[in-house]
Amino acid sequence: MATTNVAPRSARRPFTRRASAFLFRHRGAQLTFTLGPTLTWMVVIYLFSLVVLLISSFWTLNPLTAQVEHTWSFKNYQTILHESVYWRVTFRTVVLAAAVTVTDVLLAFPLAYYAARMASPRIRNLLLFAVVMPLWANYLVKVFAWKTMLATGGPVDAFLGSFGIHGWPGTSIYSLWLVLSYIWLPYVILPILAAFERVPSSYLEASGDLGARAGRTFRKVVMPLVLPGVVAASIFSFSLTLGDYLAAPLVSKTLVLGNLIDQLAGGTANNKPLAAALSTIPLAIMAIYLLIARAMHAFEAL
Amino acid sequence: MESRFVRVAVRIGAGLTLAFLYVPLVIVVIYAFNKSVSGDWPPQLFTLKWFSVAWQDATLKGALRTSIVAAIFATSIALVLGTLASHAVHKFAFFGRDAVSFILVLPIALPGIVTALALSSAVESSRTSIGLTFGLTAIILGHATFCVVVVYNNVIARLRRTPGSLTEASMDLGGDGPTTFRRISLPNMRTALIAGALLAFGLSFDEIVVTKYLAGTVETLPLWIYGNIQRPFDRPIVNVVAVVVLLLSIIPIYIAQRLTGSAQGIASAEAEEAGPG
Repeated sequence: MATTNVAPRSARRPFTRRASAFLFRHRGAQLTFTLGPTLTWMVVIYLFSLVVLLISSFWTLNPLTAQVEHTWSFKNYQTILHESVYWRVTFRTVVLAAAVTVTDVLLAFPLAYYAARMASPRIRNLLLFAVVMPLWANYLVKVFAWKTMLATGGPVDAFLGSFGIHGWPGTSIYSLWLVLSYIWLPYVILPILAAFERVPSSYLEASGDLGARAGRTFRKVVMPLVLPGVVAASIFSFSLTLGDYLAAPLVSKTLVLGNLIDQLAGGTANNKPLAAALSTIPLAIMAIYLLIARAMHAFEAL
Repeated sequence: MESRFVRVAVRIGAGLTLAFLYVPLVIVVIYAFNKSVSGDWPPQLFTLKWFSVAWQDATLKGALRTSIVAAIFATSIALVLGTLASHAVHKFAFFGRDAVSFILVLPIALPGIVTALALSSAVESSRTSIGLTFGLTAIILGHATFCVVVVYNNVIARLRRTPGSLTEASMDLGGDGPTTFRRISLPNMRTALIAGALLAFGLSFDEIVVTKYLAGTVETLPLWIYGNIQRPFDRPIVNVVAVVVLLLSIIPIYIAQRLTGSAQGIASAEAEEAGPG
């Protein structure tokens, strides 16, 4: 009778083997081991940070001592509600984000359509790489490229000057619109390209067979199918524009919401609590935007 | 379905968009060889002088070193956390599973200034308790936080394409957990891990929106560029650095594309990636 005693044998097995057997049998332990570290990291570092930010928005800065007082009040939010400058800049920033988004969607459409539905697989992959490359190019390099482009006497100035147009767009908000449209364009192209690729060719043939011309097929068949992809794409250009504070002072004289927050948080103002309260505005706008996007099934198109 | 007119119009539109994407980058590359300090068009070609001036700049080299160190540490942390989390989400059904990827993508989905301000408030408030200060450590912690999602997306995409029967077969044949991981799972994930690591490295290396709020007195390469971008006389050096950084960012993307089989892998990693950089 070869009865093997389980306990001593397992004790002789190497630790790694016992540990992995334990993990294999105890799914809960395995889940804790794999998910635990990451979840802990994200909660401890990121969610904690967001909570600190939210809490600090209810603190106030003592104007005499310039010290943050840890007493709860709605003073910062009242300041924001009553000062028209915050409303004006918020409105300007939202309009800018919308303009950038519309520009990018319009620019993305032909390229995405061509790559997804007209190009050969080889050309399609080349175009995909051509879009991904500038996406990963350094943000400041892209800003610098446009600073060079738009400088007085620079390429754009020289080009427009040959048509007798001078001084456009200078340091106006149009510069910022142009630069942000440029920087976020690849983020917008990719989801729209993916959306075009998901449209089944048979739908288009069916539409054609049923007598619809190209324009009608595009409006009635293609557009409804790619709309979630367009909304998904717009999340990027909208959120990124709302959160940007570096490009504006570099290419224009116009300030956006991110600059107000940035200026309040540092520099001479050093009013972190008010900056924290003000940062709830882009946060709230994005929350609303994401809810609408989800209702339009945009998340499935991501 | 398209008429001839539409096909031509789409071609022209696509060409214009492509030109819009690349003309500024080409212009910057041309200006790097400009003899003149001014940015007037047309540039006076051709000189390599600014490359050697940049090469001899000690603060620039220091900033480059800091960026590389930060990116290596942030990528390492992101590799471990991203791989573990992707396995958990892939293998188990648990309460709040959908929330995991949502939490991971949050640091880059929220407006940049919000993430920046939140992390800097956290560092400030933990200074007295655990002694964390602004600087390299804070940068690494911050970067790792938003790099996790890049690794996670790459690895989970690979796991979904890999049949679970492979690891089961290995277990049945007597391979224990570590052996199966070493001989089956890891070779299978290898290219996804390398691609994820390259992209995480690139993300950290380029980041400035959050870094500016965590760096304190430490200078990374993007912070160096930011500090010098406004000075007209430093324009040529910034230009040269810009071109080098541009070339350095193409190489990892190219390798990552080769490894994942298509640019779609990078695109999907990037699809939820909303952080500038």
